[in-house]
Amino acid sequence: MAAEGKTIDALGQFELVTVFGPIGGAVGFTQSNAHMLLAVGIITAIVMFGMASRALIPGRMQSAAEGAYEFVADLAKGQIGEHEGRRFVPFVFSLFMFVLMGNLLGLLPYAFTFTSHIAVTFALALIVFVLITAVALVLHGKKFFGYFFPEGAPLWLAPIIIPVEVISYLSRPVSLSIRLFANMTAGHVLLKVFATFVVMLGGLGAVGTFAAVLPLAVNVLLIGFEILVACLQAYVFAMLTSIYLHDAVHLH
Amino acid sequence: MEIAAAAKSIGAGIAVLALFGVGLALGNIFSTLIASVARNPASRDIVFPIGILGFALTEAVALFALLIAFLILFT
Repeated sequence: MAAEGKTIDALGQFELVTVFGPIGGAVGFTQSNAHMLLAVGIITAIVMFGMASRALIPGRMQSAAEGAYEFVADLAKGQIGEHEGRRFVPFVFSLFMFVLMGNLLGLLPYAFTFTSHIAVTFALALIVFVLITAVALVLHGKKFFGYFFPEGAPLWLAPIIIPVEVISYLSRPVSLSIRLFANMTAGHVLLKVFATFVVMLGGLGAVGTFAAVLPLAVNVLLIGFEILVACLQAYVFAMLTSIYLHDAVHLH
Repeated sequence: MEIAAAAKSIGAGIAVLALFGVGLALGNIFSTLIASVARNPASRDIVFPIGILGFALTEAVALFALLIAFLILFT
């Protein structure tokens, strides 16, 4: 319950607790890890059971799995290019589905949003950043550093342009991770605050119980909005990864 | 220290003033999206993903401001 003495306890929900008793406590297996395993299990189940019947005319489950794959494949290949994009579709698909499941699973009751921790989102963003730098270096070698000085710009502007470009390149993992983590955290803080309002108003007697319907209605609408934000943030993460991969593969 | 707690609250309040610009930008994005689809309805499938991307990137700036506010309030 929230401590209404001083402030509403909005951030306590993000605290990590070890699960599975002494075994979990020994290795530090938290509810965040449990939900990650659940997310991966759900994705694997969707793809495996969806594609188990390889019918030419797909049934519902197969349509769902194919639809998810085609959505991400179109996204990646549309950004990176038809031919080069094929190599990165598995990566973008895994990234998109993992982030999507992470965001959506947190909306279930008593569940935990593992993408609401900066450690998780920064790890994902760092993977993307290292990948795009490695891809650019492997494909283009030393010409990768020409990326920071766009051709056609006058040479005397170089001392200004190059540091700005380098800083904006290095800020990519930061902005990717903070965008996802802050969206998820802000959403769940808002849900917790309005839920606390419901409980606080309900404790005020009969009139309070009637008034408590209002924050509850807001919470219902907020859950709908959070579902939209969950899907949107996963899409934006995958889209930005594809855009950065396009930059890495084509160097503009 | 009472003053520190009060100053934190004031700092957090000032930090979210940045959302004024973000609200302006979000309205701009969607008004241009609607206007461009109204001019040329066939362009909807091309313009809509870009509009959503722009919305998410602008929303990220709003959340940067919120993050600073939380950092001021809670650490």
